[in-house]
Amino acid sequence: MRRLVLFIIAFIAWFLLVWPFDTLTNHLRWQSVIAGLVVALLTTIIFGEVRPRVPRQGIIKRCLWAICYLPVLFWYCLLANLDVVYRVLHPEMPIKPGIVKVKTSLSTASAITALCNSITLTPGTLTVDLTEDGYLYIHWINVRATDIEKASRIIVSRFERILRRIFE
Amino acid sequence: MSLIYQLFFGILMVCCFLCLYRIGRGPSAPDRTVAIDILGTVVVGLCALLAIITGKDFYMNIAIAWALLSFIGTIALAKHLEGRGFDE
Amino acid sequence: MSEIVGMVIIAIGVVFDFFGCVGLVRFPDIYNRLQAATKCVTLGTCFILLGALITCGSAPTATKAALCAIFILLTSPTAAHALARGAHLSGVKLWEKSVVDKYEDDKKH
Repeated sequence: MRRLVLFIIAFIAWFLLVWPFDTLTNHLRWQSVIAGLVVALLTTIIFGEVRPRVPRQGIIKRCLWAICYLPVLFWYCLLANLDVVYRVLHPEMPIKPGIVKVKTSLSTASAITALCNSITLTPGTLTVDLTEDGYLYIHWINVRATDIEKASRIIVSRFERILRRIFE
Repeated sequence: MSLIYQLFFGILMVCCFLCLYRIGRGPSAPDRTVAIDILGTVVVGLCALLAIITGKDFYMNIAIAWALLSFIGTIALAKHLEGRGFDE
Repeated sequence: MSEIVGMVIIAIGVVFDFFGCVGLVRFPDIYNRLQAATKCVTLGTCFILLGALITCGSAPTATKAALCAIFILLTSPTAAHALARGAHLSGVKLWEKSVVDKYEDDKKH
């Protein structure tokens, strides 16, 4: 089952990358499709074990939450860019950098990966490292709080609620 | 119309030279690595602009290949900086 | 119409790219540079690819641009994270005016 999903994803990726339609006659090029099938099959055989564990139940609800999450992420991304432009253009460079430690309550690997990538794309923060027991080290360009509780509330909590609904 | 695109192209060339300045000046090896990573991403944007200006399709293939190779190279350099093997 | 919309989006992307690279040159230490450059250049390049998607009429180029944008959006934060960790483990210190470094404190114990 898992391998079948991987096979379909690989074949769709091949299809979009190669786009096996002739631009003039609009015919399907069969040799490209057959090559794609072979490549997708080999990919499935080699990387079948690597795919991360995804929870089974409520997949539609999770997808809807993920679609809700995208505009939030995009908005914070845009804010981050404007923040960086402000700091770059300001003649005195108003930065106060430091590495702080925060605690997350998420537990699955994919949820923590998504959290780290979201933190890196949002204003003024960059994930540096994480420990086994759920602590993240975060480089903050403008440190507002150094203790774990307060920094966690400022940085992590705005994503945690929605990510828990998607991944756990 | 194409004049504006050429202006964009010029700005991205300036970006590339800023990255090259950091690669040349950077006091330590990690600084250079960061600049190489950023240069790779800027070149992907440059390829997309070229695909629009010339109207040729294959520049987008170059952009995808460049993005993949740049990511793998950056990960390998980061692992090297940590002083560990690539497969950990 | 779509050409003008695409051009405006590409202009936004190019401007973000440019400020990201200025940050790369101007900021004092590697972590700040990584912050500025990663955020601005990732979103800037994604905007350029989005503009290419809107401007190019042909389907293959548009799908390739979309795939490339998704790929960059996924991998660029990962690369930044790996680089920051590698730099810290290889012994690069923070800027001298930095406020706090919990990572260094925890590594000593």
